[in-house]
Amino acid sequence: MEGILGATVYPVLVMGGLAAVFAVMLGVASRVFYVEVDPRIKAVEELLPGANCGGCGYAGCADCAAAIVRGEAPVNACVASPPEVYEKIAKLLGKTVEAKEPQVAHIMCRGTKDKAKIRFRYMGIEDCRAAVLVAGGDKECLYGCLGLGTCVKSCPFGALRMGENGIPVVDRDKCTGCGTCVRVCPRGVPKLIPASQKIVTVCNNHDAPPTVKKICEVGCLGCGICKKVCPEKAIEIVNFLSVVDPSKCNLCGKCIEKCPTGAIQQILPG
Amino acid sequence: MHHEVWHFSDYVMLVVSAIFINNILLARFLGNCPFLGTSKRMDTAFSMACAVTFVLGCTGPITWLIEKYLLIPYDLLYLETLAFILTIAVFVQLVEMVIRKISQPLYRALGIYLPLITTNCAVLGTCFLNIKEKFNFIQTIVFSVASAMGFGLALVIMAGIRERFNFARIPKNFQDTSIGLITAGLIGLSFFAFQGLAK
Repeated sequence: MEGILGATVYPVLVMGGLAAVFAVMLGVASRVFYVEVDPRIKAVEELLPGANCGGCGYAGCADCAAAIVRGEAPVNACVASPPEVYEKIAKLLGKTVEAKEPQVAHIMCRGTKDKAKIRFRYMGIEDCRAAVLVAGGDKECLYGCLGLGTCVKSCPFGALRMGENGIPVVDRDKCTGCGTCVRVCPRGVPKLIPASQKIVTVCNNHDAPPTVKKICEVGCLGCGICKKVCPEKAIEIVNFLSVVDPSKCNLCGKCIEKCPTGAIQQILPG
Repeated sequence: MHHEVWHFSDYVMLVVSAIFINNILLARFLGNCPFLGTSKRMDTAFSMACAVTFVLGCTGPITWLIEKYLLIPYDLLYLETLAFILTIAVFVQLVEMVIRKISQPLYRALGIYLPLITTNCAVLGTCFLNIKEKFNFIQTIVFSVASAMGFGLALVIMAGIRERFNFARIPKNFQDTSIGLITAGLIGLSFFAFQGLAK
């Protein structure tokens, strides 16, 4: 009798009793620490791309979904989603989509190794963020692309590749305009532009004309010739850098013809 | 030492031993999964250390009580592992609920590693060590918390080093987990120097 008790009844009672006590404890705790979760947050999160790129300004897709459901962010807050997703989210929440022009990244530098002067030979870590720490980078130009590919490595959508000339190239089909490259670049060389913008000043240098002339063959001097020849007044010179307003530009191409360094480029066929 | 009256200095020695000399991670090499998994960023590492300290602080004494008042009287020592794992799993669940209620970002940052404390051998190992070393209840509490602090210290040191890996030129074959394991071994080696503290 004692043997049967020891071999079967006690183990079952002890383990069962322990389990019962813990079960009651967890049951009480789950009531006390209950967190209400809106089921729509999960649904919206599943519609988002899940890359956690942070382009929306929130900590990740889950955070963004919560903000959309709470109404703090618009249904098209996610910059990386195609328009169909906005419609699905809007339908789910009973809201309407406000039209927003999609954006793509563009690398605002053409200063390849043969065109832009180098001050010294950088042999450190292959990362632009590390390279700027060494005397401000190896290029004479303090605004140009360092060409070590930090943006390429950090693009969550694989939309960037390093060009043969040492300047990254954006794959416009893959680019979602999330802006990760803009944030990681220590010099802010990639910029987000409207996807329909065709004429762009591909330079990031804010130095005065004589300085730019000395250090880069293809940089924007800030001379203002483009501004003078533009019949639509679509070009402004902001701090020695020309900026094209795509809403006014009619693609006449006069600025491209007259630009002494070729910094103004037509990036899409007219 | 076990059967004598313990003085304050003995407790200090126990704490120093658990944190430095017999560090659960670096000398006994228990709990390597969360050690490598959550040591990439300092804030996650620190949160993980806190979660483990809480879980171990609770489960250490409770498993000791279970051992002494349930398993030994009823001669059920063969159920030790089962009973201990059950206790640990329950407390991990509890911690998960509490963290979820208190801090959503922390809950997401810990992610899969929070439920993984359940199978963290550092936790189970410490519970077994309490029994094996024949500690009394007070010693069990002290040793459990100190052991968890040792785990936390190793985790934080590791995170500090691994955060700097971003800017280190590591050969491709050694990147990520490989260099992590090598680093863990080297920290372990340096912790062996603390062996000189014990007479």
